[in-house]
Amino acid sequence: MKRIFGWGRRLGAVLSDNRGGPWGSGGGGDDGSGDGGGPRNPWGPRRKAPGQRPEGGPNPFDEFLKKSRARIGTGFPRDGRPYWVYGLIAFLAIWILFTSVHRIGPQERGVVTFMGKYSGTMQPGIGFSWPSPVGGVTKLDVEEIQTITIPGTGENLILTGDQNVINLAYSVRWNIKSPELYLFQIANPDSTIREVAESSMRAVVARVSLDDALGAGRSEIEQRVEQNMQRLLDDYGAGVQIQGVAINASAPPEAVNQAFLDVSAAQQQAQSFMNGARAYALQQTARAQGEAAAFEKVYAEYRAAPDVTRRRMYYETMERILSRVDTTIVEAPGVTPYLALPEVQRRQQAAPQAAEGAPQ
Amino acid sequence: MTRTLRHPIALGVIAILLLILVASTFSIVPETKQGVIVRFGEAQRILNKYRPGEEFGRTGAGLAVRIPFLEQVVWIDKRIQSVEMENQQVLSTDQLRLQVDAFARYRIVDPLRMYISARTEENVSNQLKPILGSALRNELGRRPFAALLSPERGQMMDNIQNALNRVARQYGAEIVDVRIKRADLPDGTPLDSAYERMRTARQQEAGSIRAQGQKQAQIIRAEADAEAAATYAGAFNQDPEFYDFYRSMQSYEASFISPGTAQNPRGRTSIILSPSNDYLRQFRGNR
Repeated sequence: MKRIFGWGRRLGAVLSDNRGGPWGSGGGGDDGSGDGGGPRNPWGPRRKAPGQRPEGGPNPFDEFLKKSRARIGTGFPRDGRPYWVYGLIAFLAIWILFTSVHRIGPQERGVVTFMGKYSGTMQPGIGFSWPSPVGGVTKLDVEEIQTITIPGTGENLILTGDQNVINLAYSVRWNIKSPELYLFQIANPDSTIREVAESSMRAVVARVSLDDALGAGRSEIEQRVEQNMQRLLDDYGAGVQIQGVAINASAPPEAVNQAFLDVSAAQQQAQSFMNGARAYALQQTARAQGEAAAFEKVYAEYRAAPDVTRRRMYYETMERILSRVDTTIVEAPGVTPYLALPEVQRRQQAAPQAAEGAPQ
Repeated sequence: MTRTLRHPIALGVIAILLLILVASTFSIVPETKQGVIVRFGEAQRILNKYRPGEEFGRTGAGLAVRIPFLEQVVWIDKRIQSVEMENQQVLSTDQLRLQVDAFARYRIVDPLRMYISARTEENVSNQLKPILGSALRNELGRRPFAALLSPERGQMMDNIQNALNRVARQYGAEIVDVRIKRADLPDGTPLDSAYERMRTARQQEAGSIRAQGQKQAQIIRAEADAEAAATYAGAFNQDPEFYDFYRSMQSYEASFISPGTAQNPRGRTSIILSPSNDYLRQFRGNR
């Protein structure tokens, strides 16, 4: 406030009259309260705060201060008790109210201490304790299931029993079993649970093979980690209940994932080989059955009239064949027939050409 | 006297002095702390000392009295605390390197001893840290890498805990538990070679799966062929002579008739028959 006044006045000095140089010897801007011999700027006095003591008589605020000081000095209002006693009583009443009445939610338990010593656990509802600092209540949420997820981000590589590496992501759910143990037994319960989880998971995975950890053995790993953790935390007396361990993802490390994908590709391929073979097998057997059935039918006919059937089949077949091929019959026994094979070949080739070349 | 009592500032001063006196005479010992009462730097007695198997509510916690101004209380945590060993490389007997993280949990069970030998809790943890590291290196250095991934691990941890406990006792601490948090192959060559091994193992597996698939496929085909042959034999064996005729008819038909084109429906096959051919028996006019 005073600074502003000083500035205002100094500015005024500079503006109105430059007597005594730019930093006004008479302006007295530094102390701000002095009137000095410098020229007054027109709005300087108007800016004065009510608190600023004017040269003339005391202002009402001053008077009030004086009066109240006098009142405290004598300390006795009309009924004979000082005001501060009421103040103190009110303060104490509020203090006691706030530190000795506790509302415990349905999820919570209150750990009560008397003189620092554990004296009981408060159940949900309204509870009373000694006021602070004699008594104390710490509320803890015992129903809420907390979840720790490991790892936060990135890969979490773990060595398996067969000296392979696996990338595991899992979560641990827990809640407070015994609030007083949780509060008094371990320095950092939350980080302890996390460390115990990591160490248990690694100890368990170190005893199974990579294939188990990737697939079939996962639920067993979860169970064993859960038991392991519970045993350890009970040994510490942590007052924590492990509700469950869940492996969210188990995969080979990024660097070797391609090789693992190749294995499943090979499995698919093997399946497709087998599928092809099965299709062939069905075809073959069906064909054999069909042919056998056809033969049996014909054979039944044949047995009824062997000679005629045989002839008929012979002629029918020959007819079908000879009607579709060029046939040459060589007569005249005793004459050596000239078999014009080249001629036959030429004729065969010419036939399609003629068909293409001439309209005839 | 009454005048001074009535004077508010004097009253305030007296109240403050009284508070200081009360605060330096009584102290509330919480469940989580132990206290060493020290008179001129010399430990006098212990408040709320840890006893194994004690129940909360029956501990030494509560109100404690001391001679004001002459005696001070040094507070020491009563809870189980953790000391962590940072990532360290450990060499196993088979010259494999491992990157190991470990932690130990301890509790100060003898506050007096701890106060005399280490003064502060921080010192205890600073003293234990390197010892945990060396105990771990010693123990792991005596075993092959594979032992770390086996049930033997529990035994190793017990050994480390015992070694650490011997030292911890000098500081009034007791080791509750030692665990290896992580044991990893170090980045670089060891990890890469492990990856390479995993990769080749998988390639081998993929190859064998493919070969197995092919083998199965072949077996399936062969079985089908055998079954078909059995079916054929069962039918045709009724009359081998007729089968010969029947099949030859089919065969002639299949092999002599080549598919003709639209222009030349007769195909490209030429057949030259001798008049003595059985087909032409009637053509010859013989009876």
